[in-house]
Amino acid sequence: MQQVEFLNVVMPFKDKLFRLAKRLLVSTEEAEDATQEILIKLWSKNSSFEKYKNVEAFAMTMTKNFCLDRLKSKQAGNLKLVHSNYQEKGSLLQNQIEAKDSVSWVERIMDELPEQQKMVLQLRDVEEYDYDEISEMLDMQPTAVRVALSRARKTVREKLVQKHNYGIG
Amino acid sequence: MESDKIEKIIEKYFEATSTVAEEETLRNYFSKEGVATHLEQYATMFQYFSTAKEEKFTKQVPLETITSVTKKGFNFKWLSIAAAGLLMFGIYFGKMYKEQQDAEYAYQETKKAMNLLAQNFSRGTEKVAYLNQFEETKQKIYNGK
Repeated sequence: MQQVEFLNVVMPFKDKLFRLAKRLLVSTEEAEDATQEILIKLWSKNSSFEKYKNVEAFAMTMTKNFCLDRLKSKQAGNLKLVHSNYQEKGSLLQNQIEAKDSVSWVERIMDELPEQQKMVLQLRDVEEYDYDEISEMLDMQPTAVRVALSRARKTVREKLVQKHNYGIG
Repeated sequence: MESDKIEKIIEKYFEATSTVAEEETLRNYFSKEGVATHLEQYATMFQYFSTAKEEKFTKQVPLETITSVTKKGFNFKWLSIAAAGLLMFGIYFGKMYKEQQDAEYAYQETKKAMNLLAQNFSRGTEKVAYLNQFEETKQKIYNGK
């Protein structure tokens, strides 16, 4: 497969890979690196593309595995720690501005979710995949996907209501 | 009327039984103005999902690195392995050739030395022949007596 051809296949979903990576790794730089790595890996595997009937789903699975590995590794653990320190010690003014912007609450609430729920919510509500695709990508039973999704959505709602009330009171 | 319908979809949404199309309806509804007040609490959620979708992978580097890392890098890797192999063979065979030459030289030298020895030895035997002459003459003198 030629490079141009490869890019044509990959281009439509590279943003999706990046967003999933960012959802899991939180930091933009980390996510960019991860996406880059995934694309390079895909390119090196492109001779076996025909074997996979759905390259997009395959790439998503790769991204998921790659990011989870990253999270498990010590290196990413350190980065994560740095990041959360930064968030907590961020300037007061910035916190106030962010607090007003309740849309960013949702992002922070999603950061607190367990990884599996994070991924399901990301793939369903942001990327709009259907349940079969998600269960293929995450290697989960379709019912498990639904349960995780329902839980994630309810948690987000609950926390959002909590924060909302706190903001008013 | 519309908010009734939306409410029903929201209920299904939280049970994760809604379809992609229904969720699309929700996102559209919440992205517009005039959301019913009792539904406003959900608005941020759907607005966030819409904005999250806008995020793009802007890094352009991969396009170049894809070619350089996988294509050129690949060649360089094999080239270096081949070079190392060639070097090792070169050293091995070079050493063997040199040893052979050394052995050849040593052989020639030994041969020369042996020849020299043989020459001198044969010269020695010639001289010894004179001794025989002396013996013969001596016998002649004794017998003649």
